Amino acid sequence: MTAVDSAATVDGTAPVPARRLRRFGPLIAAAALLVLAAVPLFLAPFATTTLSRILVFALFAVSLDLLVGITGLPSLGHAAYFGVGAYAAGLVSIHVTAQVPGPLLVGAGAGALAAGLTGWITVRSHGVFFLMLTLAIGETIEQLANTWESVTGGANGLTGIRSARFAGTPLVVAGYTYWYVLAVFALGFAIIWLVARSPFGAALRGIRDNEPRMRAVGYPTALYKYAAFVLAGGVAGMAGAALVAQQRLVTPADLGFLTAAFALLAVVIGGAGTLWGAGIGAALVIVVRDALGPSMGGHGTLLLGLVFVLVVYLLPRGAAGLRLPLGLPRVRSAVFKAPRGGPR
Amino acid sequence: MTVLRCRGLSRSFGALRAVADVDLDVAPGARYGLIGPNGAGKSTLFKLVTGVLRAHAGTVELDGRDVTRLSEVRRSRLGMAQTLQHASLFGSMTAAQTVALAVQRHGVDAADRRRISPLPRRQADVWERAERLLADIGLAGRGRVAVPSLSHGERKQLEVALALACRPRLLLLDEPAAGMSAAERARLVELLRGLPREVTVLFVEHDLDLVFELADAITVLHLGRVLLSGSPAEVRTSERVREAYLGTRRRAELFTAPGGPDVPAGA
Amino acid sequence: MLVSVLNGFAIGFLLFVLAVGLSLVFGMMDVLNLAHGALFLGGAYVGAALAGSWDGFLAALGIAAAAGLAAGVVLSLLTEPLRRRSHLDQALLTLGIALVAGELLLIVFGDDPLSVAAPPGLDGSVVVLGVPYPTYRLALIAVGALLALVVYAVVERTTVGALVRATVADRDMVAAIGVDNRLVKVAVFAVGSLLATTAGVLGGPIYGARPGLDATVLILALVVVVIGGLGSVRGALAGSLLIGQVESVGRALLPNLASFALFGALALVLVVRPRGLFGARA
Repeated sequence: MTAVDSAATVDGTAPVPARRLRRFGPLIAAAALLVLAAVPLFLAPFATTTLSRILVFALFAVSLDLLVGITGLPSLGHAAYFGVGAYAAGLVSIHVTAQVPGPLLVGAGAGALAAGLTGWITVRSHGVFFLMLTLAIGETIEQLANTWESVTGGANGLTGIRSARFAGTPLVVAGYTYWYVLAVFALGFAIIWLVARSPFGAALRGIRDNEPRMRAVGYPTALYKYAAFVLAGGVAGMAGAALVAQQRLVTPADLGFLTAAFALLAVVIGGAGTLWGAGIGAALVIVVRDALGPSMGGHGTLLLGLVFVLVVYLLPRGAAGLRLPLGLPRVRSAVFKAPRGGPR
Repeated sequence: MTVLRCRGLSRSFGALRAVADVDLDVAPGARYGLIGPNGAGKSTLFKLVTGVLRAHAGTVELDGRDVTRLSEVRRSRLGMAQTLQHASLFGSMTAAQTVALAVQRHGVDAADRRRISPLPRRQADVWERAERLLADIGLAGRGRVAVPSLSHGERKQLEVALALACRPRLLLLDEPAAGMSAAERARLVELLRGLPREVTVLFVEHDLDLVFELADAITVLHLGRVLLSGSPAEVRTSERVREAYLGTRRRAELFTAPGGPDVPAGA
Repeated sequence: MLVSVLNGFAIGFLLFVLAVGLSLVFGMMDVLNLAHGALFLGGAYVGAALAGSWDGFLAALGIAAAAGLAAGVVLSLLTEPLRRRSHLDQALLTLGIALVAGELLLIVFGDDPLSVAAPPGLDGSVVVLGVPYPTYRLALIAVGALLALVVYAVVERTTVGALVRATVADRDMVAAIGVDNRLVKVAVFAVGSLLATTAGVLGGPIYGARPGLDATVLILALVVVVIGGLGSVRGALAGSLLIGQVESVGRALLPNLASFALFGALALVLVVRPRGLFGARA
């Protein structure tokens, strides 16, 4: 137990190693944003595009961290809402308007709606059972994307998506697209961060740490979990909208098992619950897959899988940062009722 | 009018009748002890009252209102608060954050609780109340300490603070003195004695000395049924109670730790 | 329609062979083996590589069985050290292994989908109730039913099986009695994995072998396990036959909405019986 031993902050966010660092938080964030914004002015278009892709994936991973790290719900099907948002935004761009913020709002709404429609069967579960259910849901939606050719374009995906339009002008230049993606990232991150800091976020953390206790205190935990699920789905949808603005293409793979697994990997590597860690993890995943991958014959996944195995073994707090309940023995997982802890 | 009224409560686990046909009447302001040899069904009865377990038969009424079908979440909202036996708390939070969770849910004071608004309460008020509760409990100045760093006794105190933050009408304590040192026990007794009379207390305990010190009414359970309900004096002098505890009580006296080794009832 | 129903049985029994290992490992050890689909795919590729003759088919079965056994032992050993941490960690570990395995298979066998011919003699069709039906699938139904019987007999009638069932029901109690069931755990993992790879070979003529198939069958197996109840052989059978029909008849009736049918079946069962049709007590 490392991070919790030192005096944790009182404002309800995840504990950090040093309290002093906390005070500079907003400053660091502003500086980081500035640096990121300046990137297209200094780097080549290829780097800018890669960074765009990183930001999209990072937002997606951060939305997953709300579920995994903050609420303690390990989802392996989150890519479904990312993809639904992407498809929805893409369809709107093609058939209605590509004007900002239209596709973005639709993407967010579609992600939240899909999460709302499918999340209700998962919220009475937790742990490994939850993992299984979300995996099943994610794959089902991927299959839907594959088969519903008339709408989604089937296995080839949705092509010909127009680039986002800002006040009438299309954002075709890599730099402008990048700034749009950065804006979406900043917005989405801010939303998640504010929620995590709020009393609602504190309740989610309580649910993560000890759900039965929260129920004893009077919190309707299933409802809270559902709300977190829908919110995370909405932000994932936002990331999906950013994906199609940048990539102008979405395929079923984007909502598939691999995407979901990589996002989980990003969260785990970065340290579940810290939010910004998910962003760092996402950067790592994209860099390995897109930059190192080609030099490995396109098998970046292999390296990532190995990293995953190592990370699970080496992380002291457990892969998803889930701390075991105090003093209680390992709780039995995988059933819908509250976990039972017995006397040692 | 009683604060808690149970009639005919029953619950089985397969073929085992853990609680059978139990009646309970807890008057307002009472300090009510629930005792019995091991395996008597105290734990199960506790869970039936709090709502963690559903009764197979019988009713539970809180302040005259039938709560038998309600979940523990709803019962908590209606004024039932509990501590859990194993001091189960939140591993990533400080003591103040823990209490703040309950204050957030139940309000800073009675008026605040009735407020219907989706917006979170004023944070400054919440923290102030949390710190005050901690101070009342005896954890002043420990608010910023992470829970895993608290001592066992402090965690137990935190449990009580958490329960009190829920503004309960009925406070249910599950073996509050378990695992405590003598000094901690003394502090606990003082704490419980000091609770306002608006809060009714029902506690399950193994430590019979503690029970006789605190309780003004006691129910003795044996093999899932009520053996005797009455004043401490009645329970103390009852021949049937002594028989039920025969051997168990003696051995409990021989060992220093409260709630000695498991001995089957009637051994 | 009859064809769809028969297909449903074929898929159903195949799914049973695949899913029963997953269910028992989960029920006994709370380990969710996400690499289970990769095992199936491995077997499928072996079958594809050696397909065409009876010798090839039987060799493939043998190799797949041996490989599955070995893989199961390895997986068991790899997840054991994480037992004290959390079951989630174990599941994530198997996820990493699944990614690695899937990628390795991709490297070795390439990314073209492979189709697998049924062994000679079984590659024709017979007439069932006036309708021609692939012989292989009928054989598969027979073999599947036989395997189901064998598994059921072992779990319900032998001492080892009793130990498995007891561990599923209450593993703390089994440990408390002093029974050392470590060996049984490894054995269950090994046999479950063996069944998975064998299912891959058997399923070749129906599913072929292609990248992504591991994820597809993993989901089907998971749905079966959730619906049927963890750790229950009866549940795995009921679940897989049900899902077999949903997949087959469902796709025939509503080709575009087949995915919904699967999700709908899952949701329906979970709402009515949260622990699955034959779920073990908590």
